[in-house]
Amino acid sequence: MATAKQEIGNGNGSLKYVGTRPWRPDGVDKVTGRAKFGADISLPGMLVGRMLRSPHAHARIVSIDTSAARALPGVKAIVTRDELPDIPNQWVPAGEVAVNYRDMSQNVMAREKALYDGHAVAAVAATSTAIAKQAIDLIEVDYEVLPHVIDVREAMEPDAPVLHDDMFTEGVEPTPETPSNVFKKVEFAHGDLDAGFAQADVIVERTFTTKPVHQGYIEPHAVVASAGEDGQCEVWCCTQGQFTVRAYCANLLGIEIGKINVTPSEIGGGFGGKTVVYLEPIALRLSQLAGRPVKMVMSREEVFRASGPTSGGAMTIKMGATKEGKITAAKAWIAYQAGAFPGSPIGPGCMCVFAPYDIENAEVEGYDVVVNRPKVAAYRAPGAPISEFASEGVVDELAKKLGIDPAEFRLMNAAKEGTRALYGPKFGPVGCIETLEAARQSEHYSTPLGPNQGRGIATGFWFNIGGESCATINVNEDGTATVIEGNPDIGGSRASIQLQAAEALGIPPERVRPLVADTDSIGYTFLTGGSRVTFATGMAAIDAAGKVVEQLRERAAKIWDIPVEAVEWEDGYAKPSGSNAGDFEPMSMAEIAAQAGKTGGPIAATATINAQGAGPGFGTHVCDVEVDRETGRVTVLRYTAVQDAGKAVHPSYVEGQMQGGAAQGIGWALNEEYIYDKDGRLENPGFLDYRMPVASDLPMIDAVIVEVPNPNHPYGVRGVGETPIVPPMAAVAAAIENATGVRMTDLPMSPPRLLEAMDNGGANGGA
Amino acid sequence: MSNLQFEAPETVEDAVRLLADADGEAKALAGGTDLLVQLRTDFVRPGLIVDLKRIPALMDVTANGEEIRVGAAVSGATLGKNEAVKAAWPGVVEALELIGSTQIQGRASLGGNLCNGSPAADSVPALIAAGAVCEIAGPAGSRSMPVEDVITGPGQLALGPGEIVVSFVMPKPPPRSGDAYLRFIPRTEMDIAVVGAGVALTLDEAGVCTHARLGLGAVAPTPLLVADGAEALIGTTVDDDALANLAAAASAACNPIDDKRGTIEYRVKVAGVLARRAALIALERARSNG
Repeated sequence: MATAKQEIGNGNGSLKYVGTRPWRPDGVDKVTGRAKFGADISLPGMLVGRMLRSPHAHARIVSIDTSAARALPGVKAIVTRDELPDIPNQWVPAGEVAVNYRDMSQNVMAREKALYDGHAVAAVAATSTAIAKQAIDLIEVDYEVLPHVIDVREAMEPDAPVLHDDMFTEGVEPTPETPSNVFKKVEFAHGDLDAGFAQADVIVERTFTTKPVHQGYIEPHAVVASAGEDGQCEVWCCTQGQFTVRAYCANLLGIEIGKINVTPSEIGGGFGGKTVVYLEPIALRLSQLAGRPVKMVMSREEVFRASGPTSGGAMTIKMGATKEGKITAAKAWIAYQAGAFPGSPIGPGCMCVFAPYDIENAEVEGYDVVVNRPKVAAYRAPGAPISEFASEGVVDELAKKLGIDPAEFRLMNAAKEGTRALYGPKFGPVGCIETLEAARQSEHYSTPLGPNQGRGIATGFWFNIGGESCATINVNEDGTATVIEGNPDIGGSRASIQLQAAEALGIPPERVRPLVADTDSIGYTFLTGGSRVTFATGMAAIDAAGKVVEQLRERAAKIWDIPVEAVEWEDGYAKPSGSNAGDFEPMSMAEIAAQAGKTGGPIAATATINAQGAGPGFGTHVCDVEVDRETGRVTVLRYTAVQDAGKAVHPSYVEGQMQGGAAQGIGWALNEEYIYDKDGRLENPGFLDYRMPVASDLPMIDAVIVEVPNPNHPYGVRGVGETPIVPPMAAVAAAIENATGVRMTDLPMSPPRLLEAMDNGGANGGA
Repeated sequence: MSNLQFEAPETVEDAVRLLADADGEAKALAGGTDLLVQLRTDFVRPGLIVDLKRIPALMDVTANGEEIRVGAAVSGATLGKNEAVKAAWPGVVEALELIGSTQIQGRASLGGNLCNGSPAADSVPALIAAGAVCEIAGPAGSRSMPVEDVITGPGQLALGPGEIVVSFVMPKPPPRSGDAYLRFIPRTEMDIAVVGAGVALTLDEAGVCTHARLGLGAVAPTPLLVADGAEALIGTTVDDDALANLAAAASAACNPIDDKRGTIEYRVKVAGVLARRAALIALERARSNG
């Protein structure tokens, strides 16, 4: 933890504010209802926008007749495929990710074909909701219904209906001559797999499936867009990245980036699902055509039918170990469905699958497959929970076959500093062993179980990222400070940035006000995702604070008329030091700020960063369940999540992330799934029948924070938001196996499936 | 939507007249916990909504020596505080209280639950087990109908135009009686029954079952009264064999569909499990009501 950067601000090296638990700056407004979310924005003259969506899973759009709708009084604009520019098929960098703007444009508005139930086909802006609904009903679309495919393995069959006739699988030699639904193949390998399996005394091979699951944010997508007569555009929306929205709208509509200003509203959950655009470019296009602001808000049904879940996957995992407990070889075959356009998280899924372990010989091949479902979007550690559910299931079974405690078996093979990951790099200091040790030594892990009860343990890995961030600190006349940054606060990041800035300035956090700014008011900042904000934007804030402290020292030096080198900054005070020590009373930030006009003008600084060296996150979860053998119902009795946070800046919100990830993972494990009818129509587009857990379904989730500092951050911070959704599915499955002897390999492990598996004597039939 | 009219009459007669005379579709509103959702999703587009909550007969709970009468629009929150009804028919009260969240409980009613016409309505199997009878008012006057006869198919009722359920009448149970309702949902609350089972039974002084009724929900196009289930218990001490016969009768009575909430196979199996478990609770209650 002792780094040069840590000397910034709080001179003695110990942390005064980082690690404390003040109230979050956005908390009161959120619990009183004062906070403004996406749908809370209203403008004079604003129109209501509604979307017409395809009722077919796969259909050629022969024609769209909008004449009757256009003739309806109160209808001010209609957008179909004819009102949007065509964009070439190419992948281009957009911040940290590559995007294909043709696919994105076709996803926000269908062109030649509708590719999933819920695919947008036309949009209307009208003077009232009733008129907009009526206009939608008046639009006549002539569809030629085509055969569709929903399941990832069926989509890979040679005779499957093909979604895109220009898709020739990338990553295989030679490139196929016929189009298919397989967008690309990826491979990772090191060591000698055959030799590794030859050394093994026990080999386990299993096939697993998971279902696509939705991020389940409470707030539906919402936007207000206003295109001015001068071409200047304003967009207000709930998003994880206002700069992403700006770039995507600009590219999809052919508008200069500088002509769009995007203001992020408060956000009612994102979990990755608000890193993309659905409504924003359409609302903006409607506004351009109507000459008035347009508001669009999705219904919950639209959220489920048309916004991204994460992939469902099919995986075959083979692992071997010696009887002493050393894993000698591991092989994975992984296919993820991307939805209607390529871009599943197959890469991260493959890279993470064996990451918690030091395995000399390993091979992974993965496939990105399109199907007639909504295009997937990021969901908390995208790709990792799916593949690691499978590999952790095999690890658990290997431990059982070897007669070794599953925590002990994992410890015998755990990744540590110096372990070379399958995807290339060697790990720096990581906390895999520390989380396993903490879990194994917990009181929970050794508490006796009752009848029909079982306990499971699983470990998970996620990379975390850094990336581009910007932060500005303005010192106010009274010595308080405002930190302006560009990351919508989805997980308590205002609090963590406030605390880091306060630490670096040496003033209490309540004197530092964090503000999430619009794109015109702060420099480019990559979106809130990848567990990057507390790490990367936090460092930008620390750097900006460092610059402010330099200015404060200069001003004090000027006032005292001594060299700036003779002024040190400690706990929010300038102090004369060296030969001048004791010559003057220490001067507070407020006193310096009050004289700023006389000493050179306002005190403010901006820092920009492209943060490298995000510390990988490991977590280990322990889960107790009780199984009702007559109904197949699983009750989660007790749950402990252990995670390496590097340094928990605000421990309450780190614990909240761990609890939230565990809760979502438990839902993924037990009940969440999309149910499509034979025509590919979604049957459960609502929270009633898309069964996320409710509060009473879960026990209090115990969160245990382990801190193995990340040497690449002044305070040792690692990202924490995503890792906690990785272990739960495998932990729940292992607990069910422990309770019943049935090893469930297909998610969700819902009551009908578990009852059937128990009645079949332990076989999980595959669904 | 644009011409939706709203009326809130204060007498049964006015409500019946408004509903009977309406042009186009008219909907009666009790708690609205189903109707408002259906309106918002455009599942129904009525021209008239008639709120029944200002009519005293639909909001009263009365009991005399013979019977208990519960107004059709009495909320779960109100009924849940009524000690007399809870003592007599705890299963019915528990079934109503299972519907929705605390907020929903402030509105959800027996009449609304029944007249929504869902085969999965939680309170209906419990009312069937209790032998509840509906008092119905309509343009041609009043009539009575056993609860099990009201729902004729999913969303379909045996009520004529302008007819409303005013109240439910349940007998005051004899000594050594008990009832119970259980439902299966994958979650703990905020869900629709995959299977529901209500059981009511009465024992004689020797502990032999003299009266029993079994109601099932979500296992057929309508909630079911299962006569074979009652026969499995009557004349027995509700021992393991009788309970096994009850479970078998419950499973045999099922005629479910595969849908998003459960498979045929699963519903058939779990109907038997729940019938047996509900009977055990009813039995325990009967034994303590000596």
